[in-house]
Amino acid sequence: MGEIVLSDVRKSFGGVSIIQGIDLTIKDGEFVVFVGPSGCGKSTLLRLIAGLEDTTDGIIAIDGRDATRLPPARRGLAMVFQSYALYPHMSVRKNIAFPLRMAGMPAAEQDRKVEAAAKVLNLTPYLDRRPSQLSGGQRQRVAIGRAIVREPSAFLFDEPLSNLDAALRVSMRQEISELHQSLKTTMIYVTHDQVEAMTMADKIVVLNAGRIEQVGSPLELYKTPANLFVAGFIGSPKMNFIEGAEAAKHGAHTLGVRPEHIAIAADGPWKGVVGISEHLGSDTFLKVQVDGMGPLTVRAGGEVELHYGDAVSLAAQPGKLHRFDAAGHTLSA
Amino acid sequence: MATQASRTASRLMLSPAVVLLFLWMIVPLGMTIYFSLLRFNLLMPGTEEFTGFENYFYFFTDPAFWPALVNTLTLVLGVLVITVVGGVALAVLLDQPVWGQGIVRILVIAPFFVMPSVSALVWKNMLMNPVNGLFAAIARGLGLEPIDFFAEAPLASIIVIVAWQWLPFATLILLTALQSLDREQMDAAEMDGAGPIRRFVHLTVPHLTRAITVVVLIQTIFLLSVFAEILVTTNGGPGTASTTLTFLVYMQSMLQFDVGLGSAGGIVAVILANIVAIFLMRMIGKNLEA
Repeated sequence: MGEIVLSDVRKSFGGVSIIQGIDLTIKDGEFVVFVGPSGCGKSTLLRLIAGLEDTTDGIIAIDGRDATRLPPARRGLAMVFQSYALYPHMSVRKNIAFPLRMAGMPAAEQDRKVEAAAKVLNLTPYLDRRPSQLSGGQRQRVAIGRAIVREPSAFLFDEPLSNLDAALRVSMRQEISELHQSLKTTMIYVTHDQVEAMTMADKIVVLNAGRIEQVGSPLELYKTPANLFVAGFIGSPKMNFIEGAEAAKHGAHTLGVRPEHIAIAADGPWKGVVGISEHLGSDTFLKVQVDGMGPLTVRAGGEVELHYGDAVSLAAQPGKLHRFDAAGHTLSA
Repeated sequence: MATQASRTASRLMLSPAVVLLFLWMIVPLGMTIYFSLLRFNLLMPGTEEFTGFENYFYFFTDPAFWPALVNTLTLVLGVLVITVVGGVALAVLLDQPVWGQGIVRILVIAPFFVMPSVSALVWKNMLMNPVNGLFAAIARGLGLEPIDFFAEAPLASIIVIVAWQWLPFATLILLTALQSLDREQMDAAEMDGAGPIRRFVHLTVPHLTRAITVVVLIQTIFLLSVFAEILVTTNGGPGTASTTLTFLVYMQSMLQFDVGLGSAGGIVAVILANIVAIFLMRMIGKNLEA
């Protein structure tokens, strides 16, 4: 159980509107990622769902029950914080047992649950250590353990991986995905990293300035972005936007084409000069200054040998162009 | 500080300060120890002679010695309990966002800027005076008999005055510590089902232990030498009811002009302070380790 429905949820801090009317249904067992640039209100939205902030307006329903005014502890949700928020003076065992202790569970049962959670998260050897004696990844697992033992109806993650180094982030990302597969519990995950969003989510909610820009599966957002913002935010490297005469030729105000959908072709219509080229081995990212259009990022194969100052001709793959009107909305094909 | 030369240079440059500090400590201590072994009365100049531990014998057998020792420890302990408990409570209150927070904080800190003798006078004449005092007026307004605080509860009255002076210090230190408490930890505890009281017990208090240790250690040093408040209000009396070791030393060397006996008392006070310090470090010093 873990269906969460938001209807017209609003939040303002002293007259400044942070969340401007969010309608969203999160189905039981779904992995939903809130993604957006910093300051877009994604963390605030998560805190509203958790109950750590009061809504200014609107209704939050959890499992069909109005939870808008319920205190956090009675919503049946568990949260993992960016700073892990472990209790520094308690051992790992006591940290994980804390919510159970607060719920007044008998000590023997607490122990059993803590041991079980520790086993799942490979924390058994560290149970009697303090958080300060653990590495970042281990602390993160303790925070997750503290969330698991409560058997919540949904997990809330607030940028849990942003304090970890790049390698650890990838492995923790996979661990959280595996955890979701085995628990099948609803998870809401907040991040500003679109790679995390793309790799983990069943459903991505793109937020900007307190509003939902688009909701959809990762590939839906990638293939059919609803507007310029989503088009620019999802995908790495960023989509190229072309304005002016070239866009007008296709009947649009702005033309969008992803770097991976541009091919190097001897007879291509766009002629330009290579600026920076980044050779990653698997791919090569080229910054090409195209005559009359400005710079375009091109993703070419890893074996491409092009360097600064080389002339190159480019062609967009047919059917992969995105067209936007002057307001930034996608024009239907 | 890597090379041999720079280490030598640093020692050389530090040494004047270290030597000065050492002399600053050892000369008065040495002189006091020397005086404490002499028969040395200012009323009989020229009769100084070495008497061994006679002064110590007289100091320990003085009928005021044991009451003074008990009073000293009672004063220190009483003030510590009031300031730590009150300081935590005030710090928690001041940490709440309220209108006019800055002014309220300055008001709370204000007593610390008042000189001890002045604040003792204010308490003696304006608040606790049985005739003109505010407390007496309140008591009469309620139809009760005014209390003569310094006659009926001299030590307790002094403890209240000193605690009033030191409460701002404790509040300030504890408030800064409180402000460094991670908000996300509080949020996490709230999600985990801990109410305000259990959050206070399980998170706030453990977080404050180190700050409380600092408050206790620093205050103990100063409280062992409380003097002005006693001189201004009770003069150690009635009888020995509010005489502390510090005040006893003053009475013997300054009122009875017996420098030798006073010096012996001073050395006893130094030893007592060290015993208290050892106890404190044993009990709570481990909180200071990282």
